[in-house]
Amino acid sequence: MKVTVNGKEQELQSEKISILKLMNQSQVKMPDMVIVQLNGEFVEKKDYEISFLKEGDELEFVYFMGGGGI
Amino acid sequence: MELNDEQLERYSRHIILKDLGVEGQIKILESKVLIIGAGGLGAPAALYLSAAGIGTIGIVDFDRVDLSNLQRQIIHSTNDIGRLKVDSAKNKMLAINPDIQVKTYNLLVNSSNIRSIIRDYDFIIDGTDNFAAKFLINDACFLEKKPYSHGGILRFEGQSMTILPGESACYRCIFKTPPPRDAVPTCSQAGVLGAIAGMLGTIQAAEAIKYCTGAGELLVNQLLVFDAKTMNFRKVKLNKNKNCGLCGENPSIVRLMDEDPPVCELKK
Repeated sequence: MKVTVNGKEQELQSEKISILKLMNQSQVKMPDMVIVQLNGEFVEKKDYEISFLKEGDELEFVYFMGGGGI
Repeated sequence: MELNDEQLERYSRHIILKDLGVEGQIKILESKVLIIGAGGLGAPAALYLSAAGIGTIGIVDFDRVDLSNLQRQIIHSTNDIGRLKVDSAKNKMLAINPDIQVKTYNLLVNSSNIRSIIRDYDFIIDGTDNFAAKFLINDACFLEKKPYSHGGILRFEGQSMTILPGESACYRCIFKTPPPRDAVPTCSQAGVLGAIAGMLGTIQAAEAIKYCTGAGELLVNQLLVFDAKTMNFRKVKLNKNKNCGLCGENPSIVRLMDEDPPVCELKK
């Protein structure tokens, strides 16, 4: 199954994979730092485990970035 | 307003731009931009906006220049160590361009002072380094209907988005609430490549000038993310979130509040 993660196409081995599992596989080290968009819609944190991916899905992991000033 | 000979020469490279011209330069000279944070992002933004001739620039910072700032905060020099950042910044800005007015605010923005500060400006640049301030600026700009530029940097990466309050996706549409304390490393803990601050601060300055002149298309409803390790730049499309607590259909945030204190380590 092919999905696109942050603009890069990826081939997933498993046919049933949740957002949470993909986050673990993609080495998203701190899930608290990430906001997820699936096909342009925000996904609630509580739904990561029960949202399963399908062929052609587009996923964005958007990171909190706080630096800049002081 | 008419440009004098010196201004025609000083701003000649703007004036010959088809999208700006004399009219665009006059708009720049008549604009007021507030920069919150005279640090990594605020420093380059302040220098370019001064050079561009933004008529009134406000700069907010509570801190003093420290040796560890100088790797990226290019508005400050070695002999400024110990000075108030706002004073150091003002000197450099006026040295580049005595044509402008610089207003300094030596304070930390909070829920009780921010609205009255931003009220006087056309566009705000968020150059702060912590989430409490980022959410506060987002909320205050929404309540005061002020457009602003979000910027964040960490290690080799940066992100930016321009927000037209009520019209385009806001910071809370994406991030909702600050991350748990200490879940997110700050630049002082995780490090940051100095040049990244320059890349992002100048993007924010360009957005401010585009807003003031109406040139081009603003970075709205999309988050620009880049990674300097690969020099990959991407725009992530983000629409307004109807469940946003601030600008959504049933807002729960109707007045400002102070989030947890900054997670950054304050200098002694």
